[in-house]
Amino acid sequence: MKIAVCIKRVPVMEVKFAIAKDGASVDETGLKYDVNDFDLWAVEAALQLNEKNAPGEVTVISLGPDAASEQIRKALSMGADKGVLLKADKVPGDAFAVAEALAAELKAGAYDVILFGKKSIDFDNSATGAMVGELLGLPVVTGVSKLEIAGGKGTAHRAVEGGVEVLEFPLPAIVTVDEGLNKERLPSLKGIMAAKKKPLETKPAQLGGAGVTVSKMELPPERAAGRIVGEGAAAVPELVRLLQSEAKVL
Amino acid sequence: MDESQYFSEQHHAVREMVRAFAQDEVLPVAAKHDEEATFPWENIKRMGELGLLGVPWPEEVGGAGLDLTSYILAIHEMAKVDASHAITISAHTTLGTSPIFYFGTAAQKAAYLPLLASGKVLGGFGLTEPDAGSDAGGTRTTAVRKNGHYVLNGAKRFITHGSVGEVFVATAVTDPSKGTKGISSFILTKETCDLAKAREVGVGHDDSITPLAGFRAGKKEDKLGWRASDTSELIMEDVEVPAENLLGEEGMGFINFMRTLDAGRIGIAALSLGLAEGAFQAALKYSTERKQFGQAIVNFQGISFPLADMATEIEAGKHLLYAATRLAQEGRPFGKEAAMAKLFCSELSMRATIKSIQIHGGYGYTKDYPVERMMRDAKICEIGEGTSEVQRLVIARHLLRELAD
Ligand SMILES: Cc1cc2nc3c(=O)[nH]c(=O)nc-3n(C[C@H](O)[C@H](O)[C@H](O)COP(=O)(O)OP(=O)(O)OC[C@H]3O[C@@H](n4cnc5c(N)ncnc54)[C@H](O)[C@@H]3O)c2cc1C
Ligand SMILES: Cc1cc2nc3c(=O)[nH]c(=O)nc-3n(C[C@H](O)[C@H](O)[C@H](O)COP(=O)(O)OP(=O)(O)OC[C@H]3O[C@@H](n4cnc5c(N)ncnc54)[C@H](O)[C@@H]3O)c2cc1C
Repeated sequence: MKIAVCIKRVPVMEVKFAIAKDGASVDETGLKYDVNDFDLWAVEAALQLNEKNAPGEVTVISLGPDAASEQIRKALSMGADKGVLLKADKVPGDAFAVAEALAAELKAGAYDVILFGKKSIDFDNSATGAMVGELLGLPVVTGVSKLEIAGGKGTAHRAVEGGVEVLEFPLPAIVTVDEGLNKERLPSLKGIMAAKKKPLETKPAQLGGAGVTVSKMELPPERAAGRIVGEGAAAVPELVRLLQSEAKVL
Repeated sequence: MDESQYFSEQHHAVREMVRAFAQDEVLPVAAKHDEEATFPWENIKRMGELGLLGVPWPEEVGGAGLDLTSYILAIHEMAKVDASHAITISAHTTLGTSPIFYFGTAAQKAAYLPLLASGKVLGGFGLTEPDAGSDAGGTRTTAVRKNGHYVLNGAKRFITHGSVGEVFVATAVTDPSKGTKGISSFILTKETCDLAKAREVGVGHDDSITPLAGFRAGKKEDKLGWRASDTSELIMEDVEVPAENLLGEEGMGFINFMRTLDAGRIGIAALSLGLAEGAFQAALKYSTERKQFGQAIVNFQGISFPLADMATEIEAGKHLLYAATRLAQEGRPFGKEAAMAKLFCSELSMRATIKSIQIHGGYGYTKDYPVERMMRDAKICEIGEGTSEVQRLVIARHLLRELAD
């Protein structure tokens, strides 16, 4: 079985972000990067599918700057077989421009399953996987929390309000992965060693035209300090008044 | 620090993996193992799977095939979270395995390296004795040649993995007339003392290892720190050791073990630096969160100056450590630099952990914060693999030798 996983290089979130001089992008100085969390779970899902349905091959594809090769190597060190870097110095904010480039690459690969993270934690679009599915004319299942592939078809669980939806689909197909599907493995030192020798091909990304552009970015307003209005039952009337008149939530 | 002078992208990948393992799987159990002085068998198994118990050995013998810098980084990173886990890596790899790797015969390597490098069984190093500590050449254990084997009698003290381990390298006097040149080293095997647990987790014991009659672990030490690391006595009573277990040439045991300790000191330096950094990071974070007199205590110079000192000394320690590592990696002389790195970083670990507790105030003195454990774990760094006094002796000897050249 041939599996492809699309992964994105995203900033590590435990920092205070600043807005760049252009007012419409994030200031990247001092940021650290890692593989998007959801994409790590997608990589793990691919590795598990591959282990169950051997022999097979897992290809990891990332669209991003040269430095994104670091994230591809991480996936290779976890056990993926080869990597493709679709080089773009700037990743467009429009998911469709990215989806077109990924679709162009994926089309030629004859993959049985193409995995994505449900969303990227930086821009939260939740769009790329579904758009690629549309461009390639493949069935798409999004936000999957359980996945089985056997006998040329797939079964997936999706969490829906108050329950679980179980879907069946033919292959090839696109699946986007939700939290809870698995916990990604740590690469072993042998894996890290092996990753160095695995093929990693770099080619220019054939980005589509951007329909949407980011015109402005703003930081959320500073949160004002909390206020203690009193203690016990005596404080309730004042609290209710403030919730009605000030916070306007009642 | 511009880390590119010491680290490649691959080194960063190693560090990131160890950091994730330490945070996710070591940190949650570190305080409990410390409190109860239990050996973390489950994590030993995980460390074996991840390749952390054979970092620098070639893949052919079951190691990870990485360079010395990767190995030292692994110890350094682990010690930021738990020194006991870090000493397990260091003592098993440098002390327990490396003498067989460097001085062993083809048959010895084939028999033991795959088991040790993969972490299937744990190894240890028996040099110290009740009457031979800093003066390790004062070995009293004897090995007498008899009918094609050696008969060993004596005791080793404070041996890391003495109880839990199965494969040991140890010194004994083969020719009392020759001083330290009459000391030889041997491979000694026994069964782990935690056999049931080892069977349960699947590592720690291997049936292919023949226990030698009369060779056993003695008292397990109850220690101030490194409490999740096993330190025990080893006892040899008329142990018949096959001649093929002689490690290296007869009479070379002491010399070979001193070389092993040179490398071991880089490991202790890394462990010490990790402790210092862990304690520093905790203090820095705490000082920005803790408010007294209406503001974060980091705003007081009484707090920010010691933090500045710690950061400066850690930076210096990193250069000493990774410069010594690079020398060793390139096969150049590194004994003096290793002793300097060990001396500086171990004393730094004590200073830094004490300052960190001070910055934590009364909270730092309790088990609710990890810094009190770090301080207890730091003290042994100034003692094990040569006390600070012995490091100064070693460095001074190098100075005099350089003067004579
Ligand atoms: C937790 C732990 C783990 C250990 N693991 C191992 C192990 O795996 N294998 C192993 O072989 N050993 C191990 N050791 C032993 C360790 O290496 C020794 O404890 C150490 O070398 C010191 O020896 P000693 O304890 O006999 O102290 P001593 O040598 O008795 O020293 C007492 C004091 O005298 C000082 N001193 C001694 N000689 C001089 C001198 N000439 N000039 C100035 N000062 C001097 C020392 O610096 C020290 O301060 C371990 C010890 C501990 C505590
Ligand atoms: C074992 C134990 C027993 C105790 N027994 C008692 C008891 O019986 N009764 C009782 O009332 N209390 C007791 N205490 C509390 C003890 O007195 C406090 O822990 C101590 O006063 C420090 O306060 P703190 O822990 O809140 O630290 P903090 O005040 O938060 O101090 C943290 C750090 O900031 C430094 N710092 C704070 N302000 C400044 C400043 N302006 N300039 C420079 N540095 C500053 C401190 O020196 C310290 O290094 C006990 C504590 C312990 C650990």
